[in-house]
Amino acid sequence: MSDTATKTAPQGEAPAERRLNMIEAINEALDVTMSRDDNIVVMGEDVGYFGGVFRCTAGLQEKYGKSRVFDTPISECGIIAAAVGMGAYGLRPVPEIQFADYIYPGLDQLISEAARLRYRSAGEYTSPMTVRSPFGGGIFGGQTHSQSPEAIFAHVSGLKTVIPATPYDAKGLLISCIEDNDPVIFFEPKRIYNGPFSGYYDKPVQPWKKFDASIVPEGHYTIPLGKARHATEGEELTILAYGTMVHVVEAVCAEKGIEADILDLRTIVPLDIEAIEESVKKTGRCLIVHEATRTAGFGAELSALVTERCFYHLEAPVERVTGFDTPYPHSLEWAYFPGPIRIGEALDKILAE
Amino acid sequence: MADRPQGTAKAGDNRPKLSLHVPEPKFRPGDAVDFSHIEVPEAGQQPRPDETTDPKDMLDFAHGLIRVLGEDNKAHGPWDPKLDPETLRTMLGHMAMTRAFDERMFRGQRQGKTSFYMKCTGEEATSVSASMALAADDMVFPSYRQQGILIQRGYPMIEMINQIYSNKGDKLKGRQLPIMYSSKEHSFFTISGNLATQTPQAVGWAMASAIKGDSRIAATWVGEGSTAEGDFHSACLFATVYNAPVILNVVNNQWAISSFSGFAGAERATFAARGLGYGIASLRVDGNDPLACYAAEQWAANRARANAGPTLIEFFSYRAEGHSTSDDPSGYRSAQERDEWPLGDPVMRLKNHLIEIGEWDEERQQKMDLEAAEFVKKTTKEAEENGILGHGLHHPFRTMFEDVFEELPWHLREQSEQAIRERETKFPEGLPNGGKGA
Repeated sequence: MSDTATKTAPQGEAPAERRLNMIEAINEALDVTMSRDDNIVVMGEDVGYFGGVFRCTAGLQEKYGKSRVFDTPISECGIIAAAVGMGAYGLRPVPEIQFADYIYPGLDQLISEAARLRYRSAGEYTSPMTVRSPFGGGIFGGQTHSQSPEAIFAHVSGLKTVIPATPYDAKGLLISCIEDNDPVIFFEPKRIYNGPFSGYYDKPVQPWKKFDASIVPEGHYTIPLGKARHATEGEELTILAYGTMVHVVEAVCAEKGIEADILDLRTIVPLDIEAIEESVKKTGRCLIVHEATRTAGFGAELSALVTERCFYHLEAPVERVTGFDTPYPHSLEWAYFPGPIRIGEALDKILAE
Repeated sequence: MADRPQGTAKAGDNRPKLSLHVPEPKFRPGDAVDFSHIEVPEAGQQPRPDETTDPKDMLDFAHGLIRVLGEDNKAHGPWDPKLDPETLRTMLGHMAMTRAFDERMFRGQRQGKTSFYMKCTGEEATSVSASMALAADDMVFPSYRQQGILIQRGYPMIEMINQIYSNKGDKLKGRQLPIMYSSKEHSFFTISGNLATQTPQAVGWAMASAIKGDSRIAATWVGEGSTAEGDFHSACLFATVYNAPVILNVVNNQWAISSFSGFAGAERATFAARGLGYGIASLRVDGNDPLACYAAEQWAANRARANAGPTLIEFFSYRAEGHSTSDDPSGYRSAQERDEWPLGDPVMRLKNHLIEIGEWDEERQQKMDLEAAEFVKKTTKEAEENGILGHGLHHPFRTMFEDVFEELPWHLREQSEQAIRERETKFPEGLPNGGKGA
């Protein structure tokens, strides 16, 4: 049995019911971990005095001082490289890359260095860093403020990639990432920083406070990496998604009256293969949804795994709903975004088989 | 579209044609070599500034050449580190050992005992002497041509050879290309094949040391060719922005495989001069003068320890041998260069200095060289008992999958089981060497 969490807030000893948006949850995760471990440092462009362009690091410099929370030059290579060196020293750096679209200048340091440090030194040196970066589209961000480059990182041996979909998960997962001894890419879906997004862009957006997933306990708690979350449980089909798309598929299924087993993967490397297998073997149908471009996207890996491991349980071909194989456009954003119509068509097709 | 102002003429017809400048080294194979264009100042002429000097006042140090050992084999001027004879003999011994090691490992590659090797011949002072000026727990971030640091720091030579042979004794479990050493115990950072990545990492380490209020400093080495990488810019920038306690050593050995230093920008500026543009204290040093190398590194270490900031040192030297065992320099440069190189050979210069001051003689030198060669030979034989490349005495198959992550995730566990299954299919009777392997 897979150790999947339930979709609502944790039970047990959560004290006062506090509702936070994802930004506040991330900020609190940083605050909680920094107060527990002097070796955690936060660095990045505009993260210090100003508190980050998305406010995720607001107040931290004032609280922990400039030697633990500081602004950096505009150099993603330098940010990641310095974090590698700090990790080798024994610190636990949490660098921020302002937008995932700008992580590429740091790729050599991530792929050739951070990801391989433990392997190439046979464990002598490690890179316990967590790279936080806002990612994903749906905000009219155009080509360079909308990308979802998770497949690039999923392809790199030695990196973990984590993507939260709720404030509760954002805090618990980020704390786990920071405390993990491997390098982690933590992608924050900026479309859902302030509230979940249904994909029905012409309808008003609701703030997180209206949803139970924004009930965030105070203090320290973790969500294990490599474990998926059941966003909804159902028998008709399995939907594999992460980040913003979890909420989009939830909304579309609700609209169409489909009872889907929606797995919010949360961690794409390492993947919760048990939860996926269990769900697909139960439903016999699988839809994969991500914002990223289609060809060689992470959906291809998911599709291959499901086909390899659940072939005799499948009653329909595995379907993928993704962004198109183009750079992310500005004016045609809603034609590009894998929204209700594209998802609806795929659902109709997969359920008709 | 309207006519251009000149009527039918194309725009710019009356301007001179532009032309692309592609640097060309002065000498190619077969050319007679004349290095008289290289300015070599007299030893001892350079003043020694205070270690807290403002980089703005260091123009002459970034363009000149700090030298201690003169043609007369005596130490001159304020940069003379005034090391005692015992220390000088130790320095000479490490340099001679490094050279003997290189000779033997190069031959080992030619004999098929390993796939690859890189010598540092002619550059021994830039690692051995510089490293001697650091504390043993100062962290070094080397490139692949600073084996002299490991020898100076007392890393067991058998571990170096085990690594080169990728045998069952290899601490890196046969995962790394030969010479990509790693030793945390000796504060020697794991070497990467990706050039210059270690330079901003060293700065990050130094920043960490400063964040924690530690007293240790970091030093990194990079070739002049690799200073062209963006990482080097990041290293200089972060070093200066955060006043990091770091030393950026640039070994300018004139050649990056077949490309002469002009392709890294040497035609118009020294590598030391680049440091000044960032506001980094910068020294240009005779890299074949072991005393000058020591003195410059010591100056930079003192500066870093005093929180006075980073230093960039250009060691002006010459890569006497090919780039690697895969390289044949006769294809791109004149064979005469090595003999004509105006700064001579670092081992010879230190030896001659010790003889000049009456602390050494040819007989002792011969004995030392012989002992070094014998030691390397003996250690090589010991290492060969752990296997040589491709002879089966390697680490177990499952180790290939370990250390990718701290813990083995399910997909690597499955692949590990597959590799072991494949091995059993190939050797149903067990491994050729009788080893279990799994």
